[in-house]
Amino acid sequence: MPDVKVVSVTKTFGDGKIVAVDDVSLEVHDKEYLSLVGPSGCGKTTLLRLIAGLIQPDKGEIYIDNVSMKNVPPEDRGVGFVFQTYALFPHMNVWRNVTYGPHIKALDEKNAAALGRETLEMMRLYERSDAYPSELSGGMMQRVAVARALAAGAKLLLLDEPLGALDAKIRNELRYDIRHLVKDLGLTAIHVTHDQAEAMAISDRIAVMRKGKILQVGTPTELYMNPEHLFVANFIGESNFLEGYVIGVDEGLTKIKLRGNLTVNSANAKVGEKDERIVLAVRPEALRLQRGLKKTQNGLQGKVKDVTFEGTVTRYEILLANEDRVIVTMPSLAGEPYNMGEEVTVSFEPEKSHVFPYPPRGLMDELKLE
Amino acid sequence: MGAKARITKFLDKISSKPITRYAVYFIGILFFIMIILVPPILGITLKLNLFMDVVNDPALTSRALNAIFNSFAIAIFVGLIDLAAGIPAAWFIARGKSRWLNVVDTLADLPFIIPTVALGYSLLLFWNSSYGVSGLFGGSLISPGWVLVILLHFVFSFPIVVRVMVGALMDYQYVYEEAARTLGAHPVGAERTVTFPILKPSIIGAFVLAFARSISETGATIIVAGTFENGAIFIQKLNTPGNLAPLVFASSLLILIAIAIFAVIQVLGPRLKIPVHRVSPSFERRLSGKKMVSLRDGVTLFTFFIIILLPALFVLGSAFPALVDGTLNNALAAKGPFWQQYWPSLALSYFIGFVATLVNVVLGLPMAIMIARKRMGKTVSAVFDLLVNIPIIVPSVALGFSLGLFWRGLPLTIPELLLVIFAHIAITYSYFVKSLAAAISRIDFEMENAARILGARPFAVFRTIILPLVKYSFFAGAIIMFTRSVSETGATLAVISPTSPLKTVPVLLVNYIKSLITPTGVGMSSEVGLGCGFLILFSVIILLLLRFVIRGRGRY
Repeated sequence: MPDVKVVSVTKTFGDGKIVAVDDVSLEVHDKEYLSLVGPSGCGKTTLLRLIAGLIQPDKGEIYIDNVSMKNVPPEDRGVGFVFQTYALFPHMNVWRNVTYGPHIKALDEKNAAALGRETLEMMRLYERSDAYPSELSGGMMQRVAVARALAAGAKLLLLDEPLGALDAKIRNELRYDIRHLVKDLGLTAIHVTHDQAEAMAISDRIAVMRKGKILQVGTPTELYMNPEHLFVANFIGESNFLEGYVIGVDEGLTKIKLRGNLTVNSANAKVGEKDERIVLAVRPEALRLQRGLKKTQNGLQGKVKDVTFEGTVTRYEILLANEDRVIVTMPSLAGEPYNMGEEVTVSFEPEKSHVFPYPPRGLMDELKLE
Repeated sequence: MGAKARITKFLDKISSKPITRYAVYFIGILFFIMIILVPPILGITLKLNLFMDVVNDPALTSRALNAIFNSFAIAIFVGLIDLAAGIPAAWFIARGKSRWLNVVDTLADLPFIIPTVALGYSLLLFWNSSYGVSGLFGGSLISPGWVLVILLHFVFSFPIVVRVMVGALMDYQYVYEEAARTLGAHPVGAERTVTFPILKPSIIGAFVLAFARSISETGATIIVAGTFENGAIFIQKLNTPGNLAPLVFASSLLILIAIAIFAVIQVLGPRLKIPVHRVSPSFERRLSGKKMVSLRDGVTLFTFFIIILLPALFVLGSAFPALVDGTLNNALAAKGPFWQQYWPSLALSYFIGFVATLVNVVLGLPMAIMIARKRMGKTVSAVFDLLVNIPIIVPSVALGFSLGLFWRGLPLTIPELLLVIFAHIAITYSYFVKSLAAAISRIDFEMENAARILGARPFAVFRTIILPLVKYSFFAGAIIMFTRSVSETGATLAVISPTSPLKTVPVLLVNYIKSLITPTGVGMSSEVGLGCGFLILFSVIILLLLRFVIRGRGRY
């Protein structure tokens, strides 16, 4: 079963004016389900197409199963590719689409037919074998596209936003179907998506990309709990960002002064120099709310500005005393809800926060989704 | 408020009224039926009684049938070889990475814009005279006859196929081929099993256009045919008093068979299966290799430059001596019998072209909108969409002849100039309507809805939304009409009497060039060469004008 190694790959377009993939290195392990996530235009589809051999890198090498893919055309790489638009051949019915791979490689007719039947039954589409793509729903077309890639005998599955064109409910169902299929068949999969929730739900590991670079690779838990980059903290899940300065470090805790002379401590600081400008990131669910103005560790006083009931959780927008705003999410059934205008104290545990160096081009630029 | 603004406001206002819209479409339909469709059909139909006069003359029947057969055989053969040569050329332009790409792309249109009479003379000089490649072989390499006719038709139909296929390849979603490659198909296999089947409608469309162009060509064919006779030459030769019966016979058969072939292609074409089931991975791998691709590109470039472009432009070689031997001065001063006829003929050609273009733009526009937007319902619009093809596929000489029969049969005295204009209107109408209808249908209808919701009346929607977006096709269609009209010989010859003083420039040049042809080959005339050179120059200027007018704008 294949693993994939991308070694220092760079790809540019427009005579070098656009750097789509910028010196990227990545390892995908055998039988791993890895997602490439990032905002539109970050290079994730370009990277996928480089691995598939549809385009060639300007620099670097790609290895599949430790074999260099230099000058190896896509038809010889043994990968299956599921396109964003499915790319089902409009002049062929479902059966011909799915058996195209074995047929074009002149595999034994009986084996090709058996493969086709097997994959269509896996996708619960065998009864629609005679239908043409124009007669299928979006979800069906997506399943035919997956079946086609599998029937070609691919052991490495590349999925380019396969669920992007589907409505939310079908997306939620199919994402698990795809993962289960990949795991049951023991395939290696690289799944491109801009939907971080989708990536979190189905991936063994996630690689976060931005502007052609990979910022962090890790399990969903690692990325969520320990983001190594401001952008990752913002893109994966949600975070509150507060600007401040480092006052000092004491017993493993970094002391921080926020705007309005508010001070807090953090146990996960990637900086430590006194007077260094920083950004403190705290997830909404890591913040606690208490009624009234309380003196507590990492306590910040404020007022409730907005309340949004979201079912399982309730979302509170709190205006702090220093004019900063934070979002706090709390289980809806945990106690009496807070009211608009109510005075509250927001607090958090030092271990549940992260401190990052203040980005040179400003916080807004660093968090921009492009 | 100025006069223009007042008129625009008035037109905007009245365009809201349903009666105005129906009146506009009605006028467009009426024009199409009364001027384009009915006259040629009725003209022939009313004289069908003369059929038996020909049937009772076996020698004449045989000659006519032979000529008609030659027309269709050549048109079908030319259509096929144009596809064989044009598709690789289109591939080269649309997909290639060679430094020759831009050169080929720019030059590929040249044979199309060169007036066919100039093309005919150019090919004759290249293949048949000692000044051309024949000189290297000590004599006439290819004599006037069916081979030269095929070469000629191949050359002027080639750009049509290239442009249609380049457009199709540009519109084609390359992702299908990528999908096939990831499934294990080599490039040639992916192209054969996926790309070509998807492009089939465009391939059929390109074939039909090449076929129609070949079947309609008269003037240049007369120059290169020698003793060979096709339908157009047969009609032109017999277009003298007392030969009405064979002319009716030949014209009606040409029209009927052309329509029948078109109908067969429309019905059977979509059912034509491109072989996708047989596979040969190792063979297709070899064909996809770099060496084979280079060989293919090399053959494409060779065919384009040596068989098509060089012969097409060879006539310019005969124009160069004219720059230094005093011919140019004579030309500019209109000295000598040739130039004294040339400039008035050119002016006449351009006048007819201008009038035909203007009339078709104004009166063809409603038809184009009606077809594109199905204003008269799906079925009616589809019927008109089909009928509009008739002037393209029917040989122009037959169309012109039957048109002439119709208008001369009326109890009116119609000036010959008007007959010629009617013929040119009929022949060029479809180019504009089809081009514009296709462009309008590509515009998302929601854009019109958005404009209407924002308060624009129908005429305002047309002038502020539709027209700017279809500017390219609008002007391209107009230019094609104009150049087609200027180039048109067959219909003109069919409509005017043999002693008519009306001579368009192609008719004039055909007569002069015929006089240069000898048993040992065609002679070079710097006058004729310069005359052809002027035609080419003016055509290039018109093409550059088109590019200037539509530069960089949104193109549909």
